[in-house]
Amino acid sequence: MANDIKQHFVPRDRTWHPPAYAPGYKTSVPRSPQQALVSMLNRTVSELSGPDFRKLRMGAHDNDLLLNFRDNEQQAGLPIGERIMMFGRVIDQFGKPVPHTLVEMWQANAGGRYRHKKDGYLAPLDPNFGGVGRCLTDEEGWYRFRTIKPGPYPWPNDANSWRPAHIHVSVMGPAISTRLITQMYFEGDPLIPLCPIVHTLRDPEAVETMMGRLDMARSRTMDYLAYRFDIVVRGALQTYFENQG
Amino acid sequence: MQQPNTLPASASVLRETASQTAGPYVHIGLALSIAGLPPRAEEIWNEMAHEDAEGERIELVGRVIDGNNDTVRDALLELWQADAQGEYHESYDLQAPFNSFGRTAATVENEGEWRVVTVKPGAVEFPDGRHMAPHVNLAIFARGINIHLNTRLYFDDEAQANLQCPVLNAIESPNRRKTLIAHKEESSDGITRYRFDIRLQGEKETVFFDF
Repeated sequence: MANDIKQHFVPRDRTWHPPAYAPGYKTSVPRSPQQALVSMLNRTVSELSGPDFRKLRMGAHDNDLLLNFRDNEQQAGLPIGERIMMFGRVIDQFGKPVPHTLVEMWQANAGGRYRHKKDGYLAPLDPNFGGVGRCLTDEEGWYRFRTIKPGPYPWPNDANSWRPAHIHVSVMGPAISTRLITQMYFEGDPLIPLCPIVHTLRDPEAVETMMGRLDMARSRTMDYLAYRFDIVVRGALQTYFENQG
Repeated sequence: MQQPNTLPASASVLRETASQTAGPYVHIGLALSIAGLPPRAEEIWNEMAHEDAEGERIELVGRVIDGNNDTVRDALLELWQADAQGEYHESYDLQAPFNSFGRTAATVENEGEWRVVTVKPGAVEFPDGRHMAPHVNLAIFARGINIHLNTRLYFDDEAQANLQCPVLNAIESPNRRKTLIAHKEESSDGITRYRFDIRLQGEKETVFFDF
């Protein structure tokens, strides 16, 4: 229990993030508010606090998608596709590590098919791949997952839209103010500049913040390639001059 | 369309990682059983209060409605609220009687009606020492939502507290304040239920906050 305001956060730059209304991404048209957001000039403990998941019981393979979905334990095999490690650090805007924070991810399989009842794409499911992972960052803000590189997939937007290969990434950070869901793309993928969802961002530098980068030094010989994806959440400021008139 | 980013970035801070929509399959990552995936040892879900939690046990239900007046059936919602005493429980612990954090989803299976079991929150202090009316913080994620939407749920049987709430009063339009009030429903099963529909766009559009 903690109702003391310990920290504030650097205001979110909403011209950097995608706007709610981005008509190239068609579903945003009926799902975007038309009214302005109401800015909270006085942030309260309600926004400046958030959940800590250190007591959430995790399974041994929660961050290992090569092992955490097995239809049949007896005949379990490995998923088909490019074995990769996705790893990185969660830091704040001041470069400070964000320790013990929950990082969750989900993705399609090597063929671009999601293990979700609503995904009817004709590429098959992989019997040994579920596509979901989670972990807490360590003391220094590091996280890692072992997985299969997801495939691109078609979706009904423009007459022939394809998502670049991507992994959905969810991070909590120290408060609900820092809550963020994004997508990691793979650097060099030629589908990235064609994607209407990527194009919801106006600044090409903002797109660069979502790139997973090949890291040969962390790749494991004869085993997996590594992609590094650092996540920057809003910077935490101490409250120096609170209530001093 | 707005112009490309023109705000001066401070040289002293890094840029926040950009947001992207949670997409149509958010449930496989954050609501496994709904996607048809086997649950793990522990999942973060919509029972925020066990039977032995202190306070009035309540159910929150609602729909997310788009600008065409259609019900959204692929949203994920996150809740953050104080306990009956107005205290936030930061440590998420499924063994504890109450958790301040919860998740729920609007899906095809529940016809877009999300549901949470919790306790009615107590009043939380505003920075100047006044009290905010009891409220639940809600974040909405879905396909078509590029950056999650933050809102608050207040209770219609807290009219006096709502009238004095500094956050509600900071909303310029009194008509728009009404969009944050959940309505108590008569129920036959003994639990007090509040309905809170979130309108993403158009007439009676819900107030969303930037904080």
